[in-house]
Order: sequence, then structure tokens, then C-alpha cells
Amino acid sequence: MKRNGLDTFGFLKSDRRLLRAEPDFRPMARLLQVNWIYVLLVCVLAGVGYIALYSAGGGSAKPFAGPQMVRFGFGLVMMIAVSLVSPRVLRMASVPVYLLSVTLLALVLRMGHVGKGAERWINLAGMQFQPSEFAKIGLVLMLATWFHRIGNERMGNPLRLILPALLTLLPVLLVLKEPNLGTATIIGVIGATMFFAAGMRLWQILLLVAPLPFMGKLVYSHLHDYQKARIDTFLHPEHDPLGAGYNIIQSKIALGSGGMWGEGYLHGSQGQLNFLPEKQTDFIFTMIGEEWGFVGGVAVIALLGTLVIGGMLIAIRSRNQFGRLLGLGIAMDFFLYCAVNLSMVMGAIPVGGVPLPLISYGGSAMLTMMFGFGLLMSAWVHRNERDPGQEDDED
Amino acid sequence: MRSGRGVFTRRALLVMAVQAGVLGVLGRRLYNLQVVDGDHLRQLAERNRTSKRLLAPARGTIHDRFGVALADNKVSWRALLMPEETTDIPAVIERFSQIVPLDEHDRARIERDLRHVHKYVPVTLHEFLSWDDMARIELNAPSLPGVLVDVGSTRLYPFKDLTAHIVGYVAPPNEEDVAKDTTLSLPGMRVGRAGIEQTQEGLLRGEPGSVEMEVNAVGRVIGEIDRVEGQQGEDVRLTLDSVLQQQVLDRLEDRVASAVVMDCRNGEVMAMVSTPSFDPSLFDSGVSHAQWNEWANDPRTPLLDKAVSGLYPPGSTFKPAVALAALKSGSVTAQDRFNCPGYYDLGGVRFHCWNRWGHGMINMREGLKYSCDVYFYEVARRCGMDPIKAVGNTMGLGVKPEIELPHVRSGVIPTPEWRQKNGFHWNGGDTVNAGIGQGFVQVTPLELAIYTSRIASGRNIQPHLLRATKNQLSAIASDESVSKVDVPPEFLDVVRGGMFAVVNEPHGSAPRARLDLPGIQMAGKTGSAQVRRVSRALRESGHFNSMNLPWEYRPHALFICFAPYDNPKYAVAVVVEHGNAGADEAAPLAKLIMTDTLLRDPASDVRPAPPAPTQSAISQNAISQPGVSTPALSPAQPDATLPVQETKFPNEDQPMAGQSDPGARR
Repeated sequence: MKRNGLDTFGFLKSDRRLLRAEPDFRPMARLLQVNWIYVLLVCVLAGVGYIALYSAGGGSAKPFAGPQMVRFGFGLVMMIAVSLVSPRVLRMASVPVYLLSVTLLALVLRMGHVGKGAERWINLAGMQFQPSEFAKIGLVLMLATWFHRIGNERMGNPLRLILPALLTLLPVLLVLKEPNLGTATIIGVIGATMFFAAGMRLWQILLLVAPLPFMGKLVYSHLHDYQKARIDTFLHPEHDPLGAGYNIIQSKIALGSGGMWGEGYLHGSQGQLNFLPEKQTDFIFTMIGEEWGFVGGVAVIALLGTLVIGGMLIAIRSRNQFGRLLGLGIAMDFFLYCAVNLSMVMGAIPVGGVPLPLISYGGSAMLTMMFGFGLLMSAWVHRNERDPGQEDDED
Repeated sequence: MRSGRGVFTRRALLVMAVQAGVLGVLGRRLYNLQVVDGDHLRQLAERNRTSKRLLAPARGTIHDRFGVALADNKVSWRALLMPEETTDIPAVIERFSQIVPLDEHDRARIERDLRHVHKYVPVTLHEFLSWDDMARIELNAPSLPGVLVDVGSTRLYPFKDLTAHIVGYVAPPNEEDVAKDTTLSLPGMRVGRAGIEQTQEGLLRGEPGSVEMEVNAVGRVIGEIDRVEGQQGEDVRLTLDSVLQQQVLDRLEDRVASAVVMDCRNGEVMAMVSTPSFDPSLFDSGVSHAQWNEWANDPRTPLLDKAVSGLYPPGSTFKPAVALAALKSGSVTAQDRFNCPGYYDLGGVRFHCWNRWGHGMINMREGLKYSCDVYFYEVARRCGMDPIKAVGNTMGLGVKPEIELPHVRSGVIPTPEWRQKNGFHWNGGDTVNAGIGQGFVQVTPLELAIYTSRIASGRNIQPHLLRATKNQLSAIASDESVSKVDVPPEFLDVVRGGMFAVVNEPHGSAPRARLDLPGIQMAGKTGSAQVRRVSRALRESGHFNSMNLPWEYRPHALFICFAPYDNPKYAVAVVVEHGNAGADEAAPLAKLIMTDTLLRDPASDVRPAPPAPTQSAISQNAISQPGVSTPALSPAQPDATLPVQETKFPNEDQPMAGQSDPGARR
């Protein structure tokens, strides 16, 4: 494997020569360090999204597929640009970014407008923007920076974990207040996973996990009626087939009508005839499943899985704690998006306004996800930077 | 020392395993949904995608005996508004109203519909558009976004009030109907609400067809998948002759009256008129409140078919029945003579004859001829009520006629038991009163026609209105196949003779009913039924004249007749409400109606032959010179002008053309 070559399966192999090499910080060199295979996979996923949105638009680039591709173009440029940013800069930016994201969350509670009864949006220079998306990136950056600073040894000290725990809870609570249960859970799980991966001691974990069932009860009692209704609807969708349960039932019907091979591109009856609600956003996967069948659906799941596992491997390959946690946080974010959305459309968990990343129509989700991929790619590009004063601890 | 990277890697691998596991489970679930449960869910999807709609079948039409449509379907157009296809609904409605005026009622209904229906459900702007309106709407389509014209069907009654009581009418089904038969919820479905439309509903309605359509989630039709044509309703042909019906109506003029013309050989109802009438077309779209109140509160009861549900005391028209009952029971013979001094004393009460000077010693034939009340007081007293009721029922009085109409009522022939059942005592005077068709006796005009037919034919004639259904003539009984009435023929002959004398002999009670047709004679019986008791003081004052009474207290005028006398073909019953005297008011009408009927008869000898104008110049006048005054034909109405008649003899399906008529000249 050549040193600066396109490291085709670089994140799958251990290249000792590469590891020992001094990092090259020239921009062109860094550009070559970008994992272009991963970028290609991201582009393929966006391509799938384009094709699906073309069908959701009734066989037309308008109104969904075209604008989404323009956004993806922006996002791709942003991703590459972010991937070239040095981790030191990112660490420096993490505190302001986090503060900004939390401020926006607080602001949106005051002045944002509510769409579809749940998600809060804020108007930024004429662009609809969802601060809860941005908050995930802010939290991942913040936690990665924090755990990077304290290093693994000091993880044993519970006092060191109090502040990051608060930093995690703050956006979770703000998003919960929006109220957006789905995204709040995702943010919480991302934070928890980062705590876990950062080296939290097992006794600390047990101490935290033990009271969770009680917490669950407490949370349920504080849920909004509509959120409880969602859970009830999920458990018994047949009770209200034309109300809240309609989405789940229609989604399952559409998936089922796809069968093994699908009804054919642009020929999904349920999607094309609008029986499928929000087919261009939350339920885009249902449309894919209906038109392309199980084969197409599983292929898309495999593609998503590849991106998740690839992101995790990138995290593992990083030689600094910041890069590792950053990569893990982003990969986890992406995974949770996918898992929650897929479970939702298959009727496995309550419906909750979580899009399928890069495929569902929507600007803020697309741009924040591409920004996240940029961070992930930065972790890859700068994987060989070592933590100061740390041994080269190879496995 | 812990290795930070080692811990991370191990834990990251654990996370990856969980992630892979979750995605694996999701893949598995997808397999279950799409492949394992696929068939079931596909069926649900198909049900989602298609919508089966029923198509309203065309209602069967109703014709008269010669095929003239009495109830027909007319294509009509209605303007609909698709709310989701227009942005400014008030502006569109405003522009629409400049093309087709909308009244306040319409606007309120549109407002209400717009508020209550979904955006994809069309709202009716205007029903029953004319061709011109439709054309103008189509022309202005660009300025009327969301407005579309839909084809529907309207029930058409070309003769309007002429046949309203018989044909009936249709109206949109109510919730009760829909609960019984859900196909009635189809737009455009109508339910027969009266007359033949109601009784023949099963034949006329037909079977709805269906069309299976592909629809989207909001119910918008995308395309048609399958179509099953419905079964059109069966056409129905009646025994009615619309031309004769019109002639009878014209004879009745603006009287509150009813008349029934029946073929006394087989019970076919040729004409049945009840005046005043109403326009049945109005019910199709829903009658307005004001119109309904006007009809309901009219003392002349336009909505009531007086011919089948109007109950009247028969008056002297009941006397033939009393005569038959007495003869049959043996209490009186035709030769028995009773003295009529002009009054009749019974138990201290004096009953008067209509002729205060009396009729002297008379037998049954003369009793009928003069319509002597005293004679029949005595006959009724001797005979008693039970034989009168039995024979009356045999002759069709007081028995609900089996005719294809709803709301048919039965008359009443009272008996002491009937009276006691109602909590009253029966007096001898009640029997005497019943003997002249007064008191508690009540009959309908249709019953009178049946009764007359049975006297004329001697057979148990049942009336009917249906001539043919499903293109097959119904089993119309010829005179041989109808059983004979349970009264010996010689008694019938006595009564027929009396009725002949009424019309044709000097001093008969209805000389104005004599036919002006050569060689044809009519037998009949008058009736004047008091609706209020005439007080003794008033009668004795000598100034009593019922014409001076207010209209609603005047006696009803009745007349029954059949002709030709020697070979009866037709029976006619006429009842003129508060017409005062049967001989003056009903008899001349019945004569005119019978004349019309006989002239309409395709097999009749009186049909004028062009080369022989002298034979029946009168009748030729009546037919071919509309508008010409023919005093000879209607001496009772010297100033009467024969109304314009379109008299065409059908050259197809002539009901009686093949029947020989040997007895006509006998």
C-alpha cells in the first residue's frame, strides 16, 4: 500500500508504515488523505435518495429530488472542507459551537414555530433550520473535546464526568421540551455511547443503568398526551386506523405490497397514489421498499450499514482520543437516525419525525449530516495525530 | 495503566456488534413484512387502491295502454364545484351566479355543503340545468375553475297533473329507505312515493351496476379498472288511455270530482281522474315547504286520489245493491208494490222521499227508475242490513279493491254488529237510511265502478291498472274466465232494467244521461248524498234548496252507468263533491265521459266512417273539429265548448281490435 495513495481499504487493514509516518499537513496531501471510498459511498446513498425522491415527486425532479441534490452538492463541498480542518481547530471551536447550538435550542423554544405539532424550526436568513440537528453535532464535538482533554486515566474520577453529563443533559432536556422525544432520545444515546466508549468504568455504568427503569416511569408520566398516544398507537395501531395509526398501517401495507421484487420503479401504488403519508420525508424508505421490494430495501439497509461500520472503523483507526470519539459520535448519530427511522417505518417503534439520513427530503438534516461526515472524515484524515504525552498504544 | 485506545477499540467493536445486530433485526423484519406477510398486505394495498362505486340504474318507464310515456327519464345536467380545484370559491360562485342565477336557498345550501364536506368532494351548485345553461357554463369554463358539469337523470312526467294520482311520483330516498337498501344511497337513486311508482317499485328500480376505479389516498379517481353495467328497471304498461284520461279531466273542468272509467268485461281501468291534481315532477327535486303546505291545506285535497281513497255516502247509487239484496234474500220480489205517499213513518220518525208528492204504488223497476226513497225504505226494512252488506260486498262495495295503487281505502256497509262494536246502538231508522245509501254507508268511486261493472257483466270483475310488464301482457281475464257473481242473473236483469229506465224512459230520474249515439243506450243510476242532515223545519218551510247552501254543505252528486246496455263494455262512476244533485251534475258528466269512451273504442260501431257522414255527424264533430261548439252532443251544457282533442287511433297494439262485438247491435 502506497503511502499517500488512495487507501482503498485502509480502514480495514493495519498499515504499520502508515502509522509510523509523520503526518503531512499540506492541504493537497490532506485532500489525498480523504477516504474517497467513503465519500463515494456517501454519494451513492445520496444517489439512492435522488432516485427515490424522483419517484416520490411522481416521476419528476420537481419538487423534491432536484432541490435535494443542490443541497447535497453544498453538503459534499462542506464535508470535504470540514474534513481538512485540523482537530486542534475543531477542539477550539467545540465550546463555541456547543454554546451556539444550545443557545439556538433555547431560542427556538421561545420563538421557533412548530411544524406538524412536534419539531421546532427556526428561520435563519430565510432558511428553515432545525436546531436539534445542529445540537447533536455540537454535543459530539463538545464531549469528544472534553474526554480528549481528561484522557483515559482520569475517567475513573466521577467528578470529571459530572460536567460532561450536564453538558449532555442540557440539549436532551431542551429538545425534550420542544417537544421532540425521538431526537432527544437520539442525543441522549449518542452521549451515553460516547461516555461508554471514552472509557467510563463499569461500576459507574452499573450505577447509572440501575435506576433507569424508574427514570423511564418518571419520563412517561411527564410525556405529552400526543407522545403517549404515539406509544399507544404503536402498541395498538388497529385502534385508530384513520388517525395516528394510519401512518404505521399504511407504511406496513405499502412495504408488504412491494413483496420480494417490488412493484417497479415509479409504479408503487400506495406511494404514487398518496396513500403513504410523508413519503418524501419520514416514509421514504417505505416507498423504496414498495417499489424495489425486499431486495432493494435490504440493499439500502446494507449500504447504510456499510456507512455505519465504515464510520466506526474510521473511529477505531484514529490514534487520538478526540478523533476516535468524534468518529464514534458521528457514526452513532448516523446509525441512530437510520435505526430509528427504519424501525419507525416498519412499525417497530412509535412514529417520531426522524428522517432517513441523506435519503429523506429535508435541508437541515442533510446539511448537518454532511457536516458530521466532514468531522468523521477529518478524524480519518488526521488519524495519525497522537495525543500529546501519550504512548503509541497499539492495541 | 489502562490503554485508552484498547478500551475504545473493544467498546467500539461492542457498539458495532450492537449496530450490526440492530440492522440485522431490521432486515429480518423487513423480510417478514415484505415476503412472509406480503400476500396479506398486498390485498390490503389493493383494497386501498381501488374503490368500487355503484352506478344508479335507469328507472323503468311507465306507459299508457298505447305506449305513450307517462313517466320517462330525461337526461339532466347539474353543475358541481370541486372545492380543491379553485382558490377563490366565493368569486367562482359569484361568476357562476351571473350565468345561472342562484337564489338565497341555493346559496345557503352551497355554503353549508362547503363547510361540511371534504375539499375533494364535489358540491352541487345547481341541479337540473337546461341545455342552454350547460352550454354557457362550458363556454365560460376558463373563468370558472373547479366548476364541472355532471350528467344525471331526471324523472319526467309529460302529463304532469293528468296522471299524477295513478302514476305517482318519485323522490330522493330518505334515511329509512337507505337503511333498508344501501344501494339507495347512490346519487341519482329515486324511490316511488305514490301510485304505480310506489307499488311497482320492485320492477321499476332495476339493479345498480358497478364500476371499479383506481383512486388515490384522497379518493380522487385516477382511472377505471372494471365496469359492470346495471340492469335497467323494467318498463311498465298501464291499462290507462292517456287521451281518454285527458278527455275525462276536461269534462270534469274545475270541479272537485273524481271519475273512473272501467272496462266492465275485464276490469281494465281506462281512465281514473281525481281533481284537482298536482305536478308530480316537483317531487323529484324535493317539494318546497310553501308548495307542500299549499297542497296539504287545500280543502279540495289535491294530493288525495279521491278515486281510490275518497269516501262518500253512495246515496241512491246504493239502491241497486239494496234491491239485489232484497231479491236475493227473498224478502221482496220484483213485482211487489209499495205505496209512496212522499214520506215514510218509522217509530215516530218521518222519513221523506225526495219527491214530496210521492210516487204512488210502484214496483222495484219503478223504484229504481224514479229513485223513490220510500220504496227503498220499505225494502231495506224488510230485508235487513246483513243481506245488504253481504250482497254489497259481493258487488264490490265495502271491500278493498285489489288494484295496483297504494293508499286504497275500503268503503263501509254498516251492520248492527259493526255499529255495536263501535259502541252505538243500531236503530231501525239507520237501516232505513242505509237503504238509500245515506247514514253510515260509505264507498269510494273505484268501488262504485267495480259495483257497476259487476251489475253490468254479472261477473266478479277486479280492477287493474297494469296491462303489461317485462314486455308481456299480464293475464288479462276475458269475460268468460271471470267467475260469475253470486247473485242470480234474473235479479241482475231486474236491476239493469231499472237502471235502463232511469236514463231512457220517460220520467226516469236521469234523462240528461241519455246517449246521443245511434243505437247505443246506457243504463245508470243517480245519487245525491247529503253531507248534512236537512232539518225538518227547513224542509217544511218549503224554501229548502240545497243550492243555497255553502259549497261544503251541499250534497255530493254521484252517477254510475254502463253501456252499451245490451252488451256492456264500459262502466263509469262519477262523483262530484258537493255537486248538489246527481241527476243534474253527475249524470250529464257521466254521459259525456261514456260518449268519449265509446268513441275511443277502436272496435266500436259508432266509430265514424268518413264515407257516411250522416251516420254520426255529431261524433265526427267531436273528433275531427276541435273547438267547434257541439250543442247536440252536450245538451246539458249549452255553452260548453268541446275542448281540443288530439284523437289518434293507434295502429299498433290495439287492445280490442281483434275482439268481435256481435252483441252491439243485438
